[in-house]
Amino acid sequence: MAEFIQYLINGLSQGGTYALIALGYTMVFGILQLINFAHGEVYMLGAFSGLYTSKLAGPQLSAFFNKIFNGAADQMSTPAAICTAIVIIMVAMVVCALVGFCVERLAYRPLRSSPRINLLITAVGVSLFFQYSGQIIFGSDPKAYPDLFENLESWTFGSDENLLVINPLQVFVFVTAIVLMLILRHIIFHTRLGRAMRAVSFNHDLASLMGIPTDRVIAATFMLGSALAGAAGVMVGMTYPKVEPLMGSLPGLKAFCAAVLGGIGNVTGAVLGSFILGLAEALLSGYGTPTYKDALAFAILIFILLIKPSGLLGVHRTEKV
Amino acid sequence: MFFNRTLATLLASAVIASPVFASTIKIGEVGSMSGSEATFGVSTHEGISLAIKEQNAKGGIKGKKIELISLDNQGKPEEAAIATTKLVTQDKVTAVLGEVASSRSLAMAPIAQQNKVPMISPSSTNPKVTEVGDYIFRVCFIDPFQGKVMAKFASDELKAKKVAILRDVKSDYSVGLSNFFTEAFKKSGGEIVVDQSYSSGEVDFNSQLTSIRAKKPDAIFVPGYYTEVGLIAKQARKLGIKVPLLGGDGWDSEKLYEIGGKSLNNSYFSNHYSQEDQSASVQNFIKSYKTAYKKTPDGLAAMGYDAAQVLFAAMDKTKSMSAGEIRDALAKTKDFQAVTGRITIDEKRNASKPAVVLEVKDGKFLYKSTVNP
Repeated sequence: MAEFIQYLINGLSQGGTYALIALGYTMVFGILQLINFAHGEVYMLGAFSGLYTSKLAGPQLSAFFNKIFNGAADQMSTPAAICTAIVIIMVAMVVCALVGFCVERLAYRPLRSSPRINLLITAVGVSLFFQYSGQIIFGSDPKAYPDLFENLESWTFGSDENLLVINPLQVFVFVTAIVLMLILRHIIFHTRLGRAMRAVSFNHDLASLMGIPTDRVIAATFMLGSALAGAAGVMVGMTYPKVEPLMGSLPGLKAFCAAVLGGIGNVTGAVLGSFILGLAEALLSGYGTPTYKDALAFAILIFILLIKPSGLLGVHRTEKV
Repeated sequence: MFFNRTLATLLASAVIASPVFASTIKIGEVGSMSGSEATFGVSTHEGISLAIKEQNAKGGIKGKKIELISLDNQGKPEEAAIATTKLVTQDKVTAVLGEVASSRSLAMAPIAQQNKVPMISPSSTNPKVTEVGDYIFRVCFIDPFQGKVMAKFASDELKAKKVAILRDVKSDYSVGLSNFFTEAFKKSGGEIVVDQSYSSGEVDFNSQLTSIRAKKPDAIFVPGYYTEVGLIAKQARKLGIKVPLLGGDGWDSEKLYEIGGKSLNNSYFSNHYSQEDQSASVQNFIKSYKTAYKKTPDGLAAMGYDAAQVLFAAMDKTKSMSAGEIRDALAKTKDFQAVTGRITIDEKRNASKPAVVLEVKDGKFLYKSTVNP
């Protein structure tokens, strides 16, 4: 039983990172009907900006927070580590928001009126551009993430037969994913920007006739989605301390599958789909063959497209001809 | 058209024969200078370059300087094959050195064999590599031996009865080594309680480790490469697994500790040489390597150096330095005193030589024992 619960915990924390990436996919798709394949690379850039922030300013930051929390600058306490982590995540989110803005402004906006396939191919191009320039700039060997939570003990329940170990980082990832999703829901359903986003998503031309600055709304959507991917990148770097320029492609594709599973364009659906995928992967590796773990996401994608193409929570849209 | 082709063939054969008259000897190297296993390629390259520098300082081979053409394969087998083709057909190298990873050596070997260019792998341990053909050699031990070494260490030194395996299904090296370990460990009366797997490139191993934890092994055998092993060690300790982790020469990199940190304490792996070995050949090598690169050489650097040395010795014994002669001379290598021990090439073109077991402790690889074949 404890083993099963352990799988569930592992799956939920993995699902949390998928969720943060999937949110960006789903938002951009909701507004532009564009699958932004460069999104996985934004996640990678988030991980790297977190890496360099913690290398450059990490010691100073944690010394600063340690002073606030326990008076001594050299003792790492858990609240200080969490605050440092949050600052690093915020830096990465800002960097990624800027990257998202630039990508939209330079690569996608000039193609706004061209057929959708052009945009899709551009997205693939942008993705490859980031992968390979990342290899030139950062070097393609894996980098080790500095361990902020070195002294953080895991929570242990039961013993021996029924040992259950929860890594606080896993909980941190899970909680952050949920919190960010709730903030996003709030933005979409309760703010002016959100209303504008929904209007643009509903009908691009009509929205602009109503005086909504569609270009600015689309840029804001890209920035929001990219910021979330950046947060995911840092959290993955902290949990699995190995980052490399090609780390974004597979999680990016899997998060895309999760978004389709939940119903692409639907924020809650993206999170739901991601948690289902995370859990399914954890259970498959635990009880079945881990070799098929990567194939699982794509098997689910094919399955859902056959059974319910609009996804679990998606609404069927009639295609305008 | 036909005439053209004949002419081309004639020209080509003239070029192939030309190393005899050329002023330098071209040697090709293929390695993972970048990519996820970059330290493998970089270390090996530094070892080879050092050997060439020393040989050239001594006047080269038969009065000719050695020129190294090294190509990066980004850690991908398909790139390794492309690089080998380029070295063999365009650069017309006399011999090829490489690769570290068995999957990539296996991609290179058929090309070297087809074109009859001698190839020496410094440190690919999967037996299949030299089985490709009679032009393919290696200067390291092979996995049946390495698996036996670790199985013996687990049962004799650690007194382990139940061992779990976590293998990388994408790597020929890891799969082979796991199988040989299983065979040897069962023979010595041990039991493999669970055999789990992952694919290189993954970062989350919690589920595999949870299922391993439930079986309560006395040790876990993880014959992967350092990139994944560091993460596996970290996640295993976080999940409350305290038993020793065991592995092979794929662990040998300074990055292992950078990624895994203190979680790697109480882990052991088999390797080609130990820096603590006080013999003159090892200490001299460490000294000249440190002068050249300002760091301590890992096992793969030593293997790169040895591969180059063995090749030079064989070339020196030939008359015209033709591919066939070099091949024959390589096959006759006997009791060659290299950094990583005496190298004798057996009839299957493998080197039979001792292995060492190292313990990982606070970032250092401490010498535990030597096992002779």
